Amino acid sequence: MILDIQREELLISQLADLLKNDKHVAVGAASPIPGAAALLAKEEAKFWNKRLRVTILHSNKYNNFTDGARELFDCAAQGRIDTFFLGGVQIDGQANINLVGTGEYPKIKKRFPGSFGSALMYFVVPQIILFREEHSPRTLVKKVDFISAPGVSERGVYRPGGPKYLLTNRALFKFNKNLQKFSLFKINEKETVKNLIKMTGFNFDLDNKISQMPNPDTNRINILRNKIAPMVSEFYPEFANRIWGI
Amino acid sequence: MKSFDELSLKEIVDEVQDGFILGIPADYSGVPMKFTKELIKKGVKNLKLYCLPLTTIQGDMLIGSGCVSEIEAAAVTLGEFGMAPRFSEAVENGKILIKDSTCPALHAQLQATEKSVPFMPLRGVIGSDIQKHRKDWHVISNPMKSSGVKEEPILLLPAVQLDILVFHAPCSDRNGNIQIGRRRELATLAHASKKVFVTVEKVLDIDFFEDELSAATCLPALYVNGISIVKNGAWPCALPGVYSSDNEELKKYSLAAKTKEGFGEYMRYCL
Repeated sequence: MILDIQREELLISQLADLLKNDKHVAVGAASPIPGAAALLAKEEAKFWNKRLRVTILHSNKYNNFTDGARELFDCAAQGRIDTFFLGGVQIDGQANINLVGTGEYPKIKKRFPGSFGSALMYFVVPQIILFREEHSPRTLVKKVDFISAPGVSERGVYRPGGPKYLLTNRALFKFNKNLQKFSLFKINEKETVKNLIKMTGFNFDLDNKISQMPNPDTNRINILRNKIAPMVSEFYPEFANRIWGI
Repeated sequence: MKSFDELSLKEIVDEVQDGFILGIPADYSGVPMKFTKELIKKGVKNLKLYCLPLTTIQGDMLIGSGCVSEIEAAAVTLGEFGMAPRFSEAVENGKILIKDSTCPALHAQLQATEKSVPFMPLRGVIGSDIQKHRKDWHVISNPMKSSGVKEEPILLLPAVQLDILVFHAPCSDRNGNIQIGRRRELATLAHASKKVFVTVEKVLDIDFFEDELSAATCLPALYVNGISIVKNGAWPCALPGVYSSDNEELKKYSLAAKTKEGFGEYMRYCL
């Protein structure tokens, strides 16, 4: 059976694959796709007799905290969160992220919401997955206009965490901390390496084993649509309605 | 029954003076929307909003209505309904000063005031442009041998005290203790504020301290200066555990507020 898989479902599936070794995944603001991926990974972990804890900040139901909004940051600083997701208006080749706006700060041209908790989370969570759907020279830039959180830090700065992956509509990159550079790792079946180079504002390396993003199998899609979608609608009703019509 | 005198919403609004630092709860912790609209009607000016750690429609409305001169926040957004248009416009045109921060820093600055210490250290943030532009923040070298790495650069944040905090909650008991549930950041905000006023859906004729469960999830009356009963006081925002957000209304706002004229029309209708 050939499934008609939506773009968002493919992204959810890619992210879920990166959460397989985790014990605790947390999901922050404005993140319906990471939220769905975390719940999917939690559901699938049961098949392997593993337990994955998922904390979704904007949900009352899938939230493990009782000590107020600061608990996420305290918990992360204590090393109790394995994976967190961050986005960016702009992301550059050194994995610096900008959530504040474009133009020269503070005289900003286009203002976006702000840095949220990125300036701590990026430092302390071991696996940060950068996620930005739009993959264009406008979003993936040579140098960000404002550093909400730096991709790498100077020696001596406390930094057990940092960027591990960058996922977009078109591709999945790994981040190499020593080289301070991304390397292309998986590409969308509709993409070519040549086009990706054109659509990316920064230089990146090519992994020796570039492969296509695998489509989720029937089993995974069934779990996602039947079990995860209704859960997502609790905390991202607009998204669930748009993607799954619920 | 009640051991406190209930205030009118107007009496709470009158407590807010021009230029005050006003504590702003996040969209998940009881946004006092009815109060906010009354505040806008009063025409208060030059407020400094301190968001813990972000604001949605409340901050956008106050900014759009010209009540704000400064805002300290980790984000201003309409969440699923996109960017906060009046905020973005005001920042782009230099109408307000934004002190860009990050969530844990906004918590830590209030935690310093809770403890009445002059500053609080925080890890992370170093090397970001947030830090670069915050002249009130300082990086020192860790002077302690006992913890962390000696000489590690570490960020110090100043204690911040709010002039006034107003939030909306499901209920109070007859002694003026406020049910806040798991939204403990409201306690942090209250501890760090000179005055605290709360709008509630209702007053229950019980004592939260008679039961361990309710005692652990309330803000004690000792931090509260006044309470007003305001039904549906968070609408169109959610009141967690009581009602969800009115997404139709939030969407309507997000579309209207895209232009100055649309925002003006919306405010005339909603005030």
